[in-house]
Amino acid sequence: MVAELTKNERQGALVILLALAVTGLAMAAGGRGDPFGVHGALVLVVSIAGIFAVIGGYYAPEPSPDRLDSYYDTPTKFGIIAAMVWAVVGMAVGDWVAWLLAYPEWTFDAAWASFGRLRPVHTSGVIFGFGGNALIATSFYVMQRTSRARLPDQLTPWFVLFGYNLFCVIAATGYLMGVTQSKEYAEPEWYADIWLVVVWVVYFVLYLRTLNRRKEPHIYVSNWYYLAFILVVAMLHIVNNLAVPISWGSAKSYSLFSGVQDAMTEWWYGHNAVAFFLTSGFLGMMYYYMPKRAGRPIYSYRMSIISFWGITFFYMWAGSHHLHYTALPQWVQSLGMTFSVMLLVPSWVSAGNALMTLNGAWHKVRDDAVLRFMMVAAVFYGLSTFEGSFMAIRPVNALSHYTDWTVGHVHAGALGWVAMITFGAIYASVPWLWKRNGMYSAKLVEAHFWLALAGTIIYVFAMWNSGIIQGLMWRTYTESGTLAYSFTDTLVAMHPYYIARAVGGLLFLLGAIVGCYNIWMTIRQDAEAPRATGQETPLPAAPAPSLQPAE
Amino acid sequence: MFSTHYKLERKSIGLALGIMLVASIGGLVEIAPLFTIDETVEAAPDMRTYTPLELAGRNIYIREGCYACHSQMIRTLQDDVERYGPYSLAVESKYDHPMLWGSKRTGPDLARLGGKYSDAWQVARLINPRDVVPESVMPAYGWLARNRLRTDDLGKHLATQRTVGVPYTDAQIANAEADALAQANPDGDGVDGLTERYGTATNVRSFDGDKQVVTEMDALVAYLQILGKLTDAAHKPAPATAEAPAK
Repeated sequence: MVAELTKNERQGALVILLALAVTGLAMAAGGRGDPFGVHGALVLVVSIAGIFAVIGGYYAPEPSPDRLDSYYDTPTKFGIIAAMVWAVVGMAVGDWVAWLLAYPEWTFDAAWASFGRLRPVHTSGVIFGFGGNALIATSFYVMQRTSRARLPDQLTPWFVLFGYNLFCVIAATGYLMGVTQSKEYAEPEWYADIWLVVVWVVYFVLYLRTLNRRKEPHIYVSNWYYLAFILVVAMLHIVNNLAVPISWGSAKSYSLFSGVQDAMTEWWYGHNAVAFFLTSGFLGMMYYYMPKRAGRPIYSYRMSIISFWGITFFYMWAGSHHLHYTALPQWVQSLGMTFSVMLLVPSWVSAGNALMTLNGAWHKVRDDAVLRFMMVAAVFYGLSTFEGSFMAIRPVNALSHYTDWTVGHVHAGALGWVAMITFGAIYASVPWLWKRNGMYSAKLVEAHFWLALAGTIIYVFAMWNSGIIQGLMWRTYTESGTLAYSFTDTLVAMHPYYIARAVGGLLFLLGAIVGCYNIWMTIRQDAEAPRATGQETPLPAAPAPSLQPAE
Repeated sequence: MFSTHYKLERKSIGLALGIMLVASIGGLVEIAPLFTIDETVEAAPDMRTYTPLELAGRNIYIREGCYACHSQMIRTLQDDVERYGPYSLAVESKYDHPMLWGSKRTGPDLARLGGKYSDAWQVARLINPRDVVPESVMPAYGWLARNRLRTDDLGKHLATQRTVGVPYTDAQIANAEADALAQANPDGDGVDGLTERYGTATNVRSFDGDKQVVTEMDALVAYLQILGKLTDAAHKPAPATAEAPAK
């Protein structure tokens, strides 16, 4: 990796790592006796390891100028492996806490191991660790191909990936030590948030620099979505995390907003993290990998334009449907509900566009589990956006809110849509990236597909049942007009579904482990075997024109 | 729409600006007015702030992730009101940085938990939930009773709260640590100062039953016992026009 950097970039890397090491040292010194200091030490150790790695490769020969004739894909490879590692970690923790809800005594008497601290490790691990790495890795891949331009340099993509993973590690270890802002899906504290802003700005500028080198006059659909993902997540992240630390040596901060304004800001963020992290970014992924794998062009260019601007505009209004019947003023609730229902239009236009793209390639969907992952993802995208709009209607929300129905809905989207499209994209890219004929085992991809699908369906059905049962029990009255069930009665009713949910999650996790093994074997297996030509592998033919055309 | 888009998709900066513009509108319309429209938050002259011990307890509640399973927001629905008490008002979380309204009831709502159970019940519930409610799925929090509460930085906590808008006085900030210790020790000499600064209605007692050490359990139970008690606004009769939610 260091060998791929030019001399100047190696020096740049050393300067950055040195600055980071000094920051880590200052944090460790200023935050003694506080988790802040532990994180300082972590930053210091990581930076020093990085410095040693760069010095170790410092005198290696510089990369040859030939490199400029091909895309720069090593960061994408790293990002995909990181995504799979986070997937297993995040899903394993998720399934573990799912079992704890069925059998709470299966834990031990340690603060870090309790449900409340592990749950954000699960949510951040899968959303930011797995999802985020997959988005960054595929965005590097896609932006180069669709722009027919190489990344502008070798150092910046590594800064983005390592910086982002450092953020994820600080977040996850922080939760175990009890460092959290308590804002859902924005739990990391102020210093992690500031670091993420730095990484994110560099990521955005890298994207623009690559686009500005493009040899295609038009910017391809995927890039619109990746850009929206990067830009709007930055806006949301900065506004929602405005906070004042109690001192420069403490992890603890107090948010700038309070009460009702804080609640609205949090769910404006929370709902749009779903929109722009878990939807826009992955739509960008889908718009590249699905047509590539199916060998079919996007069904309708105009539909992609309508759905893109529709999603970008409507989603930002929908957050207040998380606060129906609360102390939030009713006019905001009504706006949120209205826009949530309207959101169904661009969502279904997207899902329809994806599925129609498969027209003429349905035989491939039958035979190719990789394409089937993507097809099922589009179906779940359509289903969960419908469910989301439905649950945003106030009277429906009166039943569903605060129950497991919400959890089921989120996982229909997260497992069925986000994870499925990611696995499809990863299975498509790994042979392209490592220049193999195909995955090590198509049967294992097939096995992963069925494990993932079965796990998702079991999970979602279990949560629908437990959520609707609990919602109905809460509002059931006896004939004499008193509440029929205590809260505890609902716990007893939900117990079997909690077991079913944990089993479904376990199947999904097993699928991800099978996927890791398959990817690992693909990378190792054919390493010495000669590669057959004629693959989709975008290896540019020397000398020029070296870069393959975009869609 | 299409012709504008055709122009935008040829210019990366234009596209980026377009996205930011289109994405800003919803948030601006829905969030900005919440800071300016007076009716958004009701007036509650009797509203008091958290004592340092309660604030420390609140931070433990955040640290342990209690908000992931317990809401603090009673909705304007009949069964919510009958199960948990009068529906929550915006003013009740006016001093909550951040708010803890929650989004999931794996356990029951806690907005009006204060005073509902004894301290001993709360302590037993936290040390092993299944001792008190056999069907409970709540984790056990034994370490709270073993950990001594960190109080030396409470002054900084209160000062930062004031920076973000909570009306703590200079005296309250200066005496934060002493007040925290005094609230858990009814026999000490700090009690007069505490009640002078926070009112005579302040709960002053050893919440975990051990007067020797102020533990994290003291702080968390002190916080739980004040939930819904910062103001009486929600218990006052609703204005004549509003339909009464409770029977």
